[in-house]
Amino acid sequence: MIAALGLLVGILLGLIFQPDVPPSLEVYLPIAVVAALDAVLGGLRAYLDGIFDDKVFVVSFLSNVFIAAAIVYLGDLLGVGGQLTTGVIVVLGIRIFSNVAAIRRHLFHA
Amino acid sequence: MPEPASTPETRRTSRGRLAAAFQKPSRRQLVVAGLLAVLGFGMVTQMRSYEVNDTYAGYRQQDLIDVLNGLAGTTQRAETELARLEETRSRLQSDTSAEQAATEQARTEIDSLEVLAGVVPVTGPGIRITITEETGPVDIDSLLDTVQEMRTAFAEAMQINGQVRIVASTSFEDGVGGIYVDGTLLEPPYVIDVIGDPATLSGGMVFPEGPIEQLENDGAEVVVEELQSLDIEAVAEPDRTEFAQPGSGS
Repeated sequence: MIAALGLLVGILLGLIFQPDVPPSLEVYLPIAVVAALDAVLGGLRAYLDGIFDDKVFVVSFLSNVFIAAAIVYLGDLLGVGGQLTTGVIVVLGIRIFSNVAAIRRHLFHA
Repeated sequence: MPEPASTPETRRTSRGRLAAAFQKPSRRQLVVAGLLAVLGFGMVTQMRSYEVNDTYAGYRQQDLIDVLNGLAGTTQRAETELARLEETRSRLQSDTSAEQAATEQARTEIDSLEVLAGVVPVTGPGIRITITEETGPVDIDSLLDTVQEMRTAFAEAMQINGQVRIVASTSFEDGVGGIYVDGTLLEPPYVIDVIGDPATLSGGMVFPEGPIEQLENDGAEVVVEELQSLDIEAVAEPDRTEFAQPGSGS
């Protein structure tokens, strides 16, 4: 309940303040958002599995975001930032799909 | 980690766990809520900045280089195209000017041919020959000789009695009380207007046994006037040739 409210509050804050993304972070924000989405879906899956732990969730959330951004940053340094972004997005996309599939099985038994 | 407040029945199914989490919020959810707020905030921010940002500000260095390379290639292609089109344009322009020169030349040629064919009125310096019959009729041969001498003296246009233009195909024929020139009966006195160099033309009239002498032998009086400006109004009808065809020219 509080978690859903938190998501709502975040969206509302974003809509109200409409912050400008600093140019140096512009490349990393979309990757970080996708990584966080993956972490959240993973957490939901774990909760439905009955193995949810909030410490694990916080750590996985932060490390997901950090590692995704770090990979893209490294790619930018190596001159393959665009390709690595695509790669990270693909991997996270696959994970999101598998997490959603597990959640779906839990909730609908299908 | 099972919820402490959950009853054993609800804890057994995952749906029950979800329902329990909604019904009995715990303090631990606050952490999750904070992270979810961060996620929502970031998501909305990114969406907005992506919508607003249609410039190149969000591009990474490599993308910008790629864009620049693409633009350079496009520029080069456009410049090549431009050079090709300019070449075509200059070629067409030179074609046009050559065509204009040819047209101009053809028009000049048409003008001189029209004068020679006698299909247009002309004006210019020349002489007027007035032949008055005094003691006898003018012989047609004498008249023809006069015309021939004028042609020899570079006459450019001739008319007789202001009615008939004398051209290459003009015919002379004896008639009652005069002569037929191109089928038109002309009566004396005969007035022949000739355009050309006046001095040359009058010189062509007066030499010994020339046209004047011949005409005077026929019993006519001949007056030659040199005029600085002479109008020839009579025109010849251009006949369509029936038998002669233009040849290949070589």
